Amino acid sequence: MTAPISGSEEWQPSDLERNRRIERRRKTRKNGFIAAISSVLVLGTFAIVLVNSPGWLSLRDTFFKWAYGVEVLPKIILGFTTNLTLTLVAGSSVALLGLLLALVRTSRSPALTPFRFLATIYVDVFRGIPMILVILLIGFGIPALQIPGVTNEVLILGTIAVIITYTAYVAEVLRSGILTVHPSQRAAARSLGLSHFQTLRHVVLPQAIKRVTPPLLNDLVALIKDTGLISILGVTDAVRAAQIQTAKSFNYTPYVMAALLFLAVTIPLTRYTDRILRRSMERQNSQGLT
Amino acid sequence: MSLSTSALLSVRDLRKSFGSELVLDGISFDVPVHSATVFIGSSGSGKSTLLRALNLLEQVDDGVIELDGEEITAVAVDSDQVRRKLGMVFQAFNLFPHMNVLENITLSPIKVHGLTRDEANERALALLDRFGLREKADQYPDRLSGGQQQRVAIIRALARNPKLLLLDEITSALDPVLVNEVLLTVRELKEEGMTMVIATHEMGFAKQVADQLCYLHGGKILESGLAADVIDRPIRPETREFLARVHSAGRL
Ligand SMILES: Nc1ncnc2c1ncn2[C@@H]1O[C@H](COP(=O)(O)OP(=O)(O)OP(=O)(O)O)[C@@H](O)[C@H]1O
Ligand SMILES: [Mg+2]
Repeated sequence: MTAPISGSEEWQPSDLERNRRIERRRKTRKNGFIAAISSVLVLGTFAIVLVNSPGWLSLRDTFFKWAYGVEVLPKIILGFTTNLTLTLVAGSSVALLGLLLALVRTSRSPALTPFRFLATIYVDVFRGIPMILVILLIGFGIPALQIPGVTNEVLILGTIAVIITYTAYVAEVLRSGILTVHPSQRAAARSLGLSHFQTLRHVVLPQAIKRVTPPLLNDLVALIKDTGLISILGVTDAVRAAQIQTAKSFNYTPYVMAALLFLAVTIPLTRYTDRILRRSMERQNSQGLT
Repeated sequence: MSLSTSALLSVRDLRKSFGSELVLDGISFDVPVHSATVFIGSSGSGKSTLLRALNLLEQVDDGVIELDGEEITAVAVDSDQVRRKLGMVFQAFNLFPHMNVLENITLSPIKVHGLTRDEANERALALLDRFGLREKADQYPDRLSGGQQQRVAIIRALARNPKLLLLDEITSALDPVLVNEVLLTVRELKEEGMTMVIATHEMGFAKQVADQLCYLHGGKILESGLAADVIDRPIRPETREFLARVHSAGRL
């Protein structure tokens, strides 16, 4: 039983509490001030050192020629849409396949034994091969087979290579998440009458996925970047588009523009996911000021 | 500024709300050294919130908590320093599942209080010995019974030599037999002069250990005094009703 705040208009914090609040605010302000000063000092020093270094002028013209950068930007953006599409397609396939693989590898069912075995081999193999090799093998190897009915479209083959490699990574991350959920959680769920699958679906996976969200996000960011690798197959993505421009002008600003495009996606994504994660933690843990 | 000279813990006008729910509404009490103060009250009356506030796990909206003559609600206070003087035992044990009993107990003495591993182990083993848990020292918490886990949690709190022990419904997750073994442990501590603040649903136990019993209701201490007085001769109708309910639930 708790009293509703019926008299909340009447309640006024005591002088003591008011002072504490003022002091707390002062402390926050002081911390903000210290952060600002230290940032200005550190970043300012960096900037000054950079601008005064001997090669600065030629560096600026070769890498940061903004007018030229803006001129080629539309072409690079056009290429970048390929990276984004690839990320979406590969990302969702990887999520699905990785989860399936993780479930197979963590299941105890005897019927799944051969699949468990195959899944283990798959993960071992494709986690251990550099992705660029997988891309080359599939992107150039499959067309060389000349199997009728199988596509020779490099974009599709490149995407498949990316999916194959990332599924192996993501499956392992998910599997480790599933394994770290405390067995008492399973016991509690099963004693509530939930089936093995229901337990996975409602109790184990939600906790596991929450726990591995940071490493999964890490993989997603890596995936976005690694989509640039399929440019070696001749797909015109942002990297390839920039390369074409650079080859014409011998100026490297297009590469910098491409880099900025990647950052424009990865940084907000990281911040956004961080925020969601923090919020869901705050909602669940009422452990106060620890 | 000291609110009360002889008290180890002094609480004045403590207030805490969660959103629009006022949980603590002007709580004041003193806990003299070597005494036990017991809080009773129905579920959701704010007992845990109060204990968590005493341990600085909750920031209060108003009021003062003084521990050992120091105002621990002050903004400048280092809560880690304050917690060195406090031991807290939770309803759900909260033992670390990835450490064995000995590691659970010696973690804080080694990492926080700067004991060597040998000193900490020696002290932990002596405590385990005293409470009949010596042979469980290298077991993991999951392998222990609830009562054993809770006694390990108490030992974990004791191993740091706290000045004040906060016990939050430490028996409500246990069956009656295990309840007894845990309560016996607490009674022993009481006889040794440990100062304690306890939240409980066990009226019999409350009667045995309480020097001061407080009934929490509607965010306020509605009635307080000697345990026998409050339990056997309650004045307020709310207290009487609460006790009647407890009585019919067979916990008296
Ligand atoms: N972090 C929180 N956020 C919002 N409300 C909370 C939070 N912690 C506690 N409460 C609310 O405060 C009230 C008091 O809770 P508290 O846990 O202190 O009760 P209690 O007396 O310990 O109950 P019990 O005997 O069941 O343990 C409850 O209504 C609870 O819902
Ligand atoms: Mg409680």
